[in-house]
Amino acid sequence: MSLFFMNLLNGLSLGMLLFLISIGLTIIFGVLGVLNFAHGSLYMLGAYFCFQSVSLFHNFWLALLISPLLVAVLGGIIEMSILRPVYGRDVSFQLLLTFGVLLVLDDAVRLIWGSGYHIVNPPALLNGVVHVAGFTYPVYSLFILGLGPLIGVGLWAFFRLTLWGKKIRAASMDREMAAGIGINVNRLFTGVFFFGTWLAGMGGALATPLRAIGPSMGEKIIIESFIVVVIGGLGSFPGAFLGAIILGLINAYGAEYLPRMTMALPYILLALILLTKPRGLLAREV
Amino acid sequence: MTRSDSSLKPLFGWAAGLAALILLPFVINTYIILLTTEVMIMGIFALSFNLLFGYTGLLSFGHAAFFGMGGYVTAYLLSHACPSLTLAFLTGVAGASLTAIVVGYLSVKLDEIYFAILTLGFGMMFFSLAHQWRSVTGGSDGLTGLVVPRLGWGAFSVDISSPWHYYYLVVAAFLLTVWILRRITQSNFGLILVSIRENKERAAFTGINIRAYRLASFSIAGFFAGVAGGLFAVFDRMASPSMLHWTTSAQPVLMTVLGGAHTFFGPVVGSILFFFIEHIITKFTDIWMIYLGAILIPLVIFFPEGVLGTLLGLKKRKHG
Repeated sequence: MSLFFMNLLNGLSLGMLLFLISIGLTIIFGVLGVLNFAHGSLYMLGAYFCFQSVSLFHNFWLALLISPLLVAVLGGIIEMSILRPVYGRDVSFQLLLTFGVLLVLDDAVRLIWGSGYHIVNPPALLNGVVHVAGFTYPVYSLFILGLGPLIGVGLWAFFRLTLWGKKIRAASMDREMAAGIGINVNRLFTGVFFFGTWLAGMGGALATPLRAIGPSMGEKIIIESFIVVVIGGLGSFPGAFLGAIILGLINAYGAEYLPRMTMALPYILLALILLTKPRGLLAREV
Repeated sequence: MTRSDSSLKPLFGWAAGLAALILLPFVINTYIILLTTEVMIMGIFALSFNLLFGYTGLLSFGHAAFFGMGGYVTAYLLSHACPSLTLAFLTGVAGASLTAIVVGYLSVKLDEIYFAILTLGFGMMFFSLAHQWRSVTGGSDGLTGLVVPRLGWGAFSVDISSPWHYYYLVVAAFLLTVWILRRITQSNFGLILVSIRENKERAAFTGINIRAYRLASFSIAGFFAGVAGGLFAVFDRMASPSMLHWTTSAQPVLMTVLGGAHTFFGPVVGSILFFFIEHIITKFTDIWMIYLGAILIPLVIFFPEGVLGTLLGLKKRKHG
């Protein structure tokens, strides 16, 4: 029973991390129509920046503030210089360009930090374990578990209640119409990409105490977040939340009960859902 | 006179290409022979992908599934004392084609990004299978220790473990693939594929069964990807899970875009460029993807038709 509960917590905290990353991916897709292949690499960059800041300043919270911002600035530059020229073209061009960015970022990370693995300790406040009903659980995982829904609600409120949120939703529904009523679509797109990559960087920074930092972490997470956003429904908020939780739980329970199939399970799930509900479980509703 | 001139012209091109491929081993060293062999194998892989992408308009991110399937089946038979290279190779290609028919049947009803993601998912399913089904696939080590039998029969057989002999085998396979795919793309069937790419709805209104044509295109592409995979496994003397990984699926995509998706030989030009760039850069550093990315990005932005596509476009404009 306690093992079952343990896996539940593990799955949910992994799901929250996936949610944080996927939500950035899905916002960028929903508004810009770009499926960002480099999203995982930006997540990885967030983790490396966090690692670097912690070893420079010895302060996790400061690192958590700086590193996503740096990633987001890079994201803004990428959008303005690389993506803006190709919005009018076929989607495969955008896929390929962001794939080019992925190649550059992944190898840049290898050049700068080498191929070895690094770890970051959780901050003192969240270090240690709690004892619940006869088993122990790391505090940091609980922190992530609580943070996920908080960010979800915050984003929902931003998109529903603020003027900027409404502008973004308008532009995502009809780019030309939005420009016609005086919204600066170019600036808005850069802003959205900035924000989406900020979320990726944040996910990376928050993941550092949970997962080892290495040059292949982006390659893995991008496929996982693709799965999350596609099974939930591309561009959908609640979809990303649902998809992230499903994938997190499948990973946790799969490792326990079907160890020989754990790697294949997410792809089987993806295929099953795409074949029965081609637009994902929860159709788009930004 | 002018008419016979223009109909002879492409023939000269073909003859020159053929002669160059046959004479190449006499002027260059073993290393370049190996490199050229690999370029042609990946050229077959990229050409097969482009039937799907450039002609049918379907961006598959799981094409490595068929490349890997061809490679794994061939490697499995050769590492289990299969006496005939031809048999092992043909079984590999059959395995790849069957896989493509099944995956294609399920995938071709989706479009654009959904199609790309679904094929990526199927590809990664096979990657996971190769990784975790240790008893058959050898797990993360892959299948090694291939015994490559002589090709042919008795006195009429050759030992293809020599790079030169294998080079000529791959030249033959490459030319055959080019010829068949060229015939396919220039046939009515090929034109229908292009019409589906250009406008799916309009094509459907003229009575074309979109799904059937897409499936046919997907299966043919899978067949030739299997050919490339089988050749690659024999070339490398092994099959490893990386053959099935999505980054391998990305390779023909890159090559095709590099060369030009809307020209027949674009993927081949892309394959040459890809290996040329890799060859030059890895002389100086192991970390070469960063340069590939740095070349790819401006190329995609400024040369949307690829290197060959842009050159042909310039030529066309010049001549009228």
